[in-house]
Amino acid sequence: MASDQLTSDSAKKGPLPIFRARGVSKIYEMGEVRVEALKDVDFDLNEGELLVLLGASGSGKSTLLNILGGLDRPTSGMVWYREHDLSQADEDELTTYRRKHVGFVFQFYNLIPSLTARENVALVTEISDDPMAPEEALDLVGLADRMDHFPAQLSGGEQQRVAIARAVAKRPNVLLCDEPTGALDLETGRIVLRALERVNNELKTAIAVITHNAAIANMGDRVVRMGSGRIASSDVNTHRLSIEEIEW
Amino acid sequence: MLSIAAVVAAATMTVLSMRGTYESLVIARDSYYEQSRFPDIWASLERAPESLKSGIQGLDGVSAVDTRVSFMATVRVEGLEKPATGFFSTIDREDVMLGRLHLRSGRLPGQDERDRVVISEQFAKANELVEGSTVRAVLNGQLRELEVLGIGISPEHTYPLAPGSIFPDNQTYGVFWMGRNALSELADMEGAFNQVALTMQAGAKEAHVISELDAILKPYGGLGAHGRDLQVSHQFLESELSQNRTTGTFIPAVFLAVVAFLLNMVLRRLIATQRQEIAVLKAFGYTNADVGSFYLRMALFAVFLGAAIGSVVGYWLGDMMVELYTEFFVFPDLQYRLSGWLLSFAFVISALAAGIGAMAGVRQAVSLPPAEAMRPQAPASFRPGIFERIGFARFLSSSMRMVLRNIERQPVKSIFSAIGVSFSVAILVVGMFLFDGIDYMMDLQFNRIQREDLSVSFERPVSPSVLYELQSLEGVSEAEIWRSVPARLISGHRRKEVGITGRHLDDDLRRIIKEDGLMVRLPAEGLVISRFLADALQVEAGSILDVEVLIGQRPVRQVAIQEVVDDFLGVSAFMEIDALHRLAGGIRSVNGANLKVEAGRRESVSRALADVPAVADVSSPRAMYESFRKQMDEGFAIGVFFLVLFSSIIALAVIYNGARISLSERGRELASLRVLGFSKQEVALLLFSEQGLITLIAIPIGWALGYWLAFAMVQSLITETYRIPFVVDSGTYLASAAMTVLAALLSSWVVRRRLNRYDLISVLKTRD
Repeated sequence: MASDQLTSDSAKKGPLPIFRARGVSKIYEMGEVRVEALKDVDFDLNEGELLVLLGASGSGKSTLLNILGGLDRPTSGMVWYREHDLSQADEDELTTYRRKHVGFVFQFYNLIPSLTARENVALVTEISDDPMAPEEALDLVGLADRMDHFPAQLSGGEQQRVAIARAVAKRPNVLLCDEPTGALDLETGRIVLRALERVNNELKTAIAVITHNAAIANMGDRVVRMGSGRIASSDVNTHRLSIEEIEW
Repeated sequence: MLSIAAVVAAATMTVLSMRGTYESLVIARDSYYEQSRFPDIWASLERAPESLKSGIQGLDGVSAVDTRVSFMATVRVEGLEKPATGFFSTIDREDVMLGRLHLRSGRLPGQDERDRVVISEQFAKANELVEGSTVRAVLNGQLRELEVLGIGISPEHTYPLAPGSIFPDNQTYGVFWMGRNALSELADMEGAFNQVALTMQAGAKEAHVISELDAILKPYGGLGAHGRDLQVSHQFLESELSQNRTTGTFIPAVFLAVVAFLLNMVLRRLIATQRQEIAVLKAFGYTNADVGSFYLRMALFAVFLGAAIGSVVGYWLGDMMVELYTEFFVFPDLQYRLSGWLLSFAFVISALAAGIGAMAGVRQAVSLPPAEAMRPQAPASFRPGIFERIGFARFLSSSMRMVLRNIERQPVKSIFSAIGVSFSVAILVVGMFLFDGIDYMMDLQFNRIQREDLSVSFERPVSPSVLYELQSLEGVSEAEIWRSVPARLISGHRRKEVGITGRHLDDDLRRIIKEDGLMVRLPAEGLVISRFLADALQVEAGSILDVEVLIGQRPVRQVAIQEVVDDFLGVSAFMEIDALHRLAGGIRSVNGANLKVEAGRRESVSRALADVPAVADVSSPRAMYESFRKQMDEGFAIGVFFLVLFSSIIALAVIYNGARISLSERGRELASLRVLGFSKQEVALLLFSEQGLITLIAIPIGWALGYWLAFAMVQSLITETYRIPFVVDSGTYLASAAMTVLAALLSSWVVRRRLNRYDLISVLKTRD
């Protein structure tokens, strides 16, 4: 069986990756048009790793992230989160998986406008098994003093940091970020990235960041480049740059 | 757009069917009255020579006069266990007759054709009589076999009510028409008449003609003339129509209001969510007016579409309702008429509401410069809700806070939604409370007031010694006699004809029961009268009335009102029987008796009594109760069915649209929750908690509103025939709430299916 083979593989290479994708394809039928968003992709994300997924729009990076996050299923191929086979999971299992193990950050923060920063975080901690206090999560992203503000009272960068706090408050094993700085200017984007970096360093949460901005790639442990639905390259970053050193 | 069309269709449908039915009934009645030359004034008398007719004709303000001979008689129908009562009346030549017969089948008997009759349609139907059938009747002491020549209806007997009864019983009461000469001869009334009906000239004063007529008939034993307002069948018809008008106006009005609100809200939201498309159009150079007129045309198109569908369905529904009503409103030409006026009214209201909503939405959407509109909308502003501000914050979960803040953020929308739903509850309360009131009234009437097994009335007054004969009848265990004296009660310029009923102080088979169920003891002297009568005469307990006795020497005496009773059925005046004898001039006579019969002997006693020539009518309260119950249940069942239908539509429309709007406004928020690991159920619950909470708030408001409307309805339905007691059972409240909750659940189920189809990713990718 494939999993046995992989287990013996990983025994050789050390600890099991958080994600393993093998031969993953995704085809969208959009009316008359067939779009092949992913073509036979193999991909790993390791424990504690900060990975940057780089590619132009339409390269398939978001599709891959959505499949890893349990928001979508591959048309063919296998995806494991640790020992769980995500490609075979049903709707309820995917919901539980998202609830317990994975955190999301999107380009457009997707906060609940009727809840304050603290309550947006509490919304998630209320349904988690071993969450951190909402205050602690907000403190982690530097928003201890803005906790009782509503999204409408926060800047874009602040909203994105609330989104990060909300994503990490349940202590997920992995954080998936789709263009987290896409809607932000340089300085604000830096603050957000710093928050992500801090989560990675202090909580040892594995993070995959999608961007089309090559400059950001330098902050990752590894950079995976995608194009036309395939993995073009996967490079380990020998010296990871701090956020302050990044320019774009 | 389709949901807007659906809402408009529902409103048009309601207006056309409910109000349209009422208008059709009124048109049918008016044309019937006109074609049949329905009289304006009637009077009964003992006997007058036909020559008096020209004298009546000559009275000031009189247009046409029709004299008749009429009386009551017992009728035996083959297969019918108990005897029926027939109202026999003469028919004259077509050209002189007022309140002309409308033949449904067969032919009219000639003036001299003996023992050949036309019978009323309701009686024929109830007893399965057709042309050629025969019935036996005791006419003036002779048993005669009558052949049915034809079946007809008369505007004076649209509701055939036996004297003293409160509801039509078509099986045991019917109208029989025979040729003038033939029936007069049988009744020993040749060349005479005992009833007169007339029409007035345009502009004549009814009160004036009535007093003239009373004066001319006085020497002939006139019993007091009256106008249409006191004609039994007309009165009954009016109360049915007024009830129909109340519901037929109220419900469509509520409907139109709800529709106006929904159209406004839905369009406003719809357009607001299209701000980006609008921005693109504006970026291409479209003016605000272009954009506005585009949406306005779209809205009007939906309104047109809805109105068209609604007219078709409304026409069909109205036709069906009218069809159902032909059972109760026996008019020759009753059919549903589509009113152009109503249609345009429903359309204009819908179009206005849609137009205002569309314009408000467009104004909101075009107020931003295109570049700004194309950027994602800033998060809406929120603040802690009232519950949190008053310190309940820690009891609320984050999701509950979302629900409460969403309700509070759009107070107008929430309030109108709640009002809409509460109207639906209120309509149900109003629809169902009538049953409660009627149940209460029936219980009072048939279990506590009329406690006899049989009620007998005599053809003419008999000696009080009849009591002993009745008591000695086999099977009779108790008997109580009563007298009824026609009289005119006069208070200043107000006057009212009524039969004063005389009873013994210790009578127990019939009681006088007040609204609250307590028994009233008959005083030794003076009158006990119905509240309705007291109000009409503007008197109170303690007032002194002039009472003109309308028989014998016609004495006028002063009588004190001892008590005024809030009762529900008919109009009554009671007096101790000996006091009544004294009032009527000293002669002691009785008109009827109430009997208690040994178990299982009711039918046999009833048959034995029917064969006594002096007996005009034998009735059983049990039979009356059953027929009343049946008619009420059938009649109201139709009404309640439509009320339930319409209120469900309102509840569905309000709740469904509320949930739909929330879904489209907050789809992104809900998708975010799904991404965060909320299950479909949890997300659905969150979405529906808002509508659920609004529904819960709306229910008690609806109860209060329903209570108030029911009260208003009871007030508007006060008639001489019956007053519906204002009673609302807890079952009615529960059922109305249950129905509304059911409608809410159904709406949620529909929206839930839509929610399940939501594509998580595509929602999150869009920018809002």
